[in-house]
Amino acid sequence: MRKGRLVVIGNGMVGQRFVDALRARDSDDRWRVTVLGEEPQPAYDRVRLSALFDGVGAAELNLHTPDPRVRLRLGAAVTAIDRTRRVVTTTADEHPYDALVLATGSYPFVPPIDGIGLPGVFTYRTLDDLAAIRAHARGRRRGAVIGGGLLGLEAANALRLLGLATSVVEFAPRLMPVQVDTAGGALLRRYVEELGVACRLGVATSALHPGPDGVVAQLELADGGRVDADLVVVAAGIRPRDELARAAGLPLGSRGGVLVDRAGRTADERIWAVGECAAVDGTCHGLVAPGYAMAETVADRLVGGAATVPDADTATKLKLLGVDVASFGDAHGTTPGCLDVTFTDPATRVYAKLVLSDDAQTLLGGVLVGDADAYPTLRASVGQALPAAPLALLAPAGAGTGVAALPGSTQVCSCNAVTRADLDAAIAGGAADVPALKAGTRAGTSCGSCVPMLRQLLDAAGVGQPRGLCEHFEVSRQELFDLIRVRGIRTFSSLIAEHGRGDGCDICKPVVASILASLGTGHLLDGEQASLQDTNDHFLANLQRDGSYSVVPRIPGGEITPEKLIVLGEVARDFALYTKITGAQRIDLLGARVEQLPQIWRRLVNAGFESGHAYGKALRTVKSCVGSTWCRYGVQDSVGLAIVLELRYRGLRAPHKIKAAVSGCARECAEARGKDFGIIATDAGWNLYLGGNGGFRPRHADLFATDLTTEALVRLVDRFLMYYIRTADRLQRTAAWIEAMDGGLEHLSAVIVDDSLGLCAELDAAMARHVGSYSDEWRDVLEDPARLSRFTSFVNAPEVPDPSIRFTEERGQRVPAGTRETENRQPVGLGTPRVRR
Amino acid sequence: MTGQPRGWTVVCPLTRLDPGRGVAALVDGVQVALFRTAADLFAIDNRDPVTDAYVLSRGIVGSRGGAPTVASPLHKQTYDLRTGDCLDLPGVAVRWHEVRCRAGLVEVRLRKEA
Repeated sequence: MRKGRLVVIGNGMVGQRFVDALRARDSDDRWRVTVLGEEPQPAYDRVRLSALFDGVGAAELNLHTPDPRVRLRLGAAVTAIDRTRRVVTTTADEHPYDALVLATGSYPFVPPIDGIGLPGVFTYRTLDDLAAIRAHARGRRRGAVIGGGLLGLEAANALRLLGLATSVVEFAPRLMPVQVDTAGGALLRRYVEELGVACRLGVATSALHPGPDGVVAQLELADGGRVDADLVVVAAGIRPRDELARAAGLPLGSRGGVLVDRAGRTADERIWAVGECAAVDGTCHGLVAPGYAMAETVADRLVGGAATVPDADTATKLKLLGVDVASFGDAHGTTPGCLDVTFTDPATRVYAKLVLSDDAQTLLGGVLVGDADAYPTLRASVGQALPAAPLALLAPAGAGTGVAALPGSTQVCSCNAVTRADLDAAIAGGAADVPALKAGTRAGTSCGSCVPMLRQLLDAAGVGQPRGLCEHFEVSRQELFDLIRVRGIRTFSSLIAEHGRGDGCDICKPVVASILASLGTGHLLDGEQASLQDTNDHFLANLQRDGSYSVVPRIPGGEITPEKLIVLGEVARDFALYTKITGAQRIDLLGARVEQLPQIWRRLVNAGFESGHAYGKALRTVKSCVGSTWCRYGVQDSVGLAIVLELRYRGLRAPHKIKAAVSGCARECAEARGKDFGIIATDAGWNLYLGGNGGFRPRHADLFATDLTTEALVRLVDRFLMYYIRTADRLQRTAAWIEAMDGGLEHLSAVIVDDSLGLCAELDAAMARHVGSYSDEWRDVLEDPARLSRFTSFVNAPEVPDPSIRFTEERGQRVPAGTRETENRQPVGLGTPRVRR
Repeated sequence: MTGQPRGWTVVCPLTRLDPGRGVAALVDGVQVALFRTAADLFAIDNRDPVTDAYVLSRGIVGSRGGAPTVASPLHKQTYDLRTGDCLDLPGVAVRWHEVRCRAGLVEVRLRKEA
């Protein structure tokens, strides 16, 4: 059978989802797919665009996974559709089709106001838009956003994060007029204004005026008011990109958009439309969930199915400027005879409204501002009998809002159309945790708002859940990592305010500190991050039993010049430090007081040493044997590789310490199989072993890959470490992590070799960021008086050394002379060993 | 000294203390661990009674239930900052001391042994 030629115009979120859905269904391989994307980048998560201003990299928004069966042409603007010849023309070439899918999306509506074309005025839709805004914001002080809807508030937050004093001008009398009602809007405004964003509501912008440099400087409002702004974002709504369809003579909706039926088909049976450009029964939707539903429907139709587009779910939940806002179903109560139940708590500043049917039995919709915990259950209950009394549903932390009470047909994940029955089946089939449910059903993989319900369903089914981290967070370390990474959270206080409770503890704080460090958010001791660190990370040294600290400079691969060895000896002598060679081929200097640490490190840094991270949950060392340079048995340069690896991964923060080693031949003198990752030379390259450790429960690492080139080896180790950092539990070494993994080493291989989760590009990018941003923590401390000021004995007597740290002498060196000395330091008996019978 | 009412000792400006972190101070020859939380100031002995090391000021500050806490950096026993009681080991406690902020300065007054 000849393959059909399928052309997709547009590689946005919905276009990509359509291709993924088609590929998943097209098991007979009946379609050959060409995707034409106008933007220079492949599909990315436009919904989370604003995270770019919160420190998230563009690579993390990527939604595209390469597929050899899909030809992707980027920067390919389509100029015409010839329906007679069945050919799509771009600026460069032509693409014949048997089926054509329009996924052209929307463009930002820019109102025709005087001065709207001035430099300094931007829209807010693409990666390029955000790059331009960021570039223009440099050195500017005031920003304004025209439009106080969902996107306008996102943009306002972005300007705030760029350091601009920000105003929002909205023509409607309230913020987010589409989603919230008057009372909810009033509360939202209070929250937003407290964050320093000025709101001008119920007034139109009549003109923009330039300053002397020709760049926009002021907004003129219809009521005569003025707002100063040298950067303006227009977020006044979107319009469907229907110009190609219009030119091709396809019928449009009355308010624009390519008219399609419930199958997603246009008036031309070979042409389909999905997402924001499509008007299903005449109505366009600017949200991603209805777009995904259309994508799934059309994919099904193209492989012979009979799916239809469901009624659009326009429910919205978001955290805007730190405020929870949710709106679902008939939020404005337009159903005839409907009843409102409202709940306002001025103390906790929560507003909630439920819209009920005229008999008060069926939930029709609602609005939540300030606390949206009840949203997942409420949204899933729209159109059904109330699962509990209205007030119980709205009560904070939702007693009585359990998903377990809902019928099987209830859609729990509306982004991916997963019902409660689907999830129950997955649980019965062995899905034992949230990641397994996500992988098995796709529930919770888009907006994530239903994840709490997934957990409830697992609980209801009696499936043992991994306990939360501690009393302050109900989520695991992995979930925390994702929250922080995906939401772009950068401080513990905002994390615990939004996703936890209480003030934290010695369990969750170091976990968050480690996650922030893994994500590369600046020096450990800056700002609030300093307070999260365990004392070792706080003083960048290892606390000893007497309150003194030890110093371990990095000696990569265990190779050290005589000059550096002499410096270590001199420093140890001058500060009277106890000196011992460690098991990791480096030298430990013990007995330093807090205020001595900077003095010691100034000497070490000047001599070219840097932190060895012996104090951190981080890469410790890459141990090596002497290798082929000297050894008559060695087949590869193990020292050279060990140094390359140690320098590559130095400073990498992880759930637990990471140890490594490289042996130059199969005699294995470096004991590489006792390490998290161990490498043993072969005649043809390197063998890689993963998941070993010494310690309490020794375990040999397992052979993972053989005869690798150095380049291939480094790539695998990069991915192994980054995947470990992202998904392991707190204080879980790699061995336990692999053991706990569903599918174990095979799964790990699928993820980091075959890219089964489509994660590799992200993992590679994350490691590249780490390598590129490494800087020696101790040098950074020495150069900064604020960081140095932490290294004092007593806040009111910095010149007084801690009198409790005292020493005695043993075998020619100083050792602690604590009160325990007498009870613990007993002479070593040299007698005849007794044999137990 | 015993029996004499001790006075308030000015220790440092409030700005010298980071919220959620402790410092050590020397008050009338006694090592005091001084903590600033989001809303409050606390002072307890700096000595960790389990190990005899003077390290409590370097522990991680947090909360357990509603109680503000610090965890010993050596073996992680947790102490209630308000009372000095160890929440993990019955019968173990450290002394707590009075602390206040006046005109931007943190002041400590030692409490006599109970």
